[in-house]
Amino acid sequence: MIDDGKPIFVQLAEQIENDIIDGVIEEESQIPSTNEFAAFYRINPATAGRGVNRLVEDGVVYKKRGIGMFVAQGARERLIAQRREGFREEYLRPLLREAAKLGIDPKQLSDMIRTEEVTA
Amino acid sequence: MTAATNPTAPVVRVDGLTKRFGSFTAVDGVSFTLEPDRIYGLLGRNGAGKTTLMQLLTAQQFPTTGGIEVFGESPMENPAVLRRVCFVKESQKYPDDWRVKHVFASAPWFFDNWDAAFAERLIQEFRLPMKRPIKKVSRGQLSAIGVVVGLASRAPLTFFDEPYLGLDAVARQIFYDRLLEDFAEHPRTVVLSTHLIDEVSNLLEHVLVIDDGRILIDQDAEDVRSSAITVVGGRRAVDAFVAGREVLHRDGVGGLASVTVPALTDAERRDAADAGLELAPVSLQQLIVRRTNTTEKEFEQTS
Repeated sequence: MIDDGKPIFVQLAEQIENDIIDGVIEEESQIPSTNEFAAFYRINPATAGRGVNRLVEDGVVYKKRGIGMFVAQGARERLIAQRREGFREEYLRPLLREAAKLGIDPKQLSDMIRTEEVTA
Repeated sequence: MTAATNPTAPVVRVDGLTKRFGSFTAVDGVSFTLEPDRIYGLLGRNGAGKTTLMQLLTAQQFPTTGGIEVFGESPMENPAVLRRVCFVKESQKYPDDWRVKHVFASAPWFFDNWDAAFAERLIQEFRLPMKRPIKKVSRGQLSAIGVVVGLASRAPLTFFDEPYLGLDAVARQIFYDRLLEDFAEHPRTVVLSTHLIDEVSNLLEHVLVIDDGRILIDQDAEDVRSSAITVVGGRRAVDAFVAGREVLHRDGVGGLASVTVPALTDAERRDAADAGLELAPVSLQQLIVRRTNTTEKEFEQTS
């Protein structure tokens, strides 16, 4: 991670969101400190702070004074709902575009998805 | 006697600073401030004026004109200020008869916050030969000595001038890791001066780009990075998309074009994707190279 074109603090925020969605970090559990993130990803602590603040503003994590940052109750549900909204734009449209380029029609595409489901 | 009374006041304030050597202008009317507890990148090509600027800030050169304040005071012959400043030079000179250990034995005389235990740990990590005469150590070991002094001195204002010349990849990584760790525990103002931008770009909060003695960019690192994007695709599609936009750089091979333009909105990104174009990030280094190119004519006139 850290280097796919988005601002670094956005990448860090998305990485933490992924960990919450995947259940790696559970709700009401503490996330690493800004300095720990900075050291781990080798980024400036202020940049790491911006990433974490973005999650605070979105209500995904909250601050316990003098203790640290914790994942909010219901954060996982909300993140999944949010990601679903972006799914069409980020995944479906590029997929359809590439399929059209290769002459794969929607019927063939849906067949491919179905067979993929069986083997996956 | 402490120089700074206000902890949020700028650590450095430079106003209209110029340094001439004969007819050569090394630093040309620059003004900027350095805020406390940030990691700055002082970036630019070799000979751009980085070292001269740091020599002026650390009172090793007299300005031709212009004002310098460090911790709110002039640094000239001001030990109260200079005790709080550490300047790790690219080619630091030591007395001829010194061994490596003498550097670390003398460092506590100069720096109030010297942490001997931290220095010892860094010496181990860099595997520095303590008993070797300083004249016999390699370029990389000299750089490592400078890095240890710069980190363990914990000076409120620390300059590293091209700190990793000759350091191998492992040693450079140790430097970056220890810098971030120690900065987190003991925040201070750090200036990393380098022409190798990509290596350190993620460590920086703010960048000052100097070229031909002038400040070209004085901006948050993240803002600089997200200020431009490269559009890649078929020449005709790219040309249609960038029509009417400012072009920072253009490249191409065969029917393929790669054009760097200022940042795009989300809607514009979607338009680009719909037109079958790919968007690629621009690294800090690429951006600075491109921005210095756009004003190259101006530099040619002065050189």
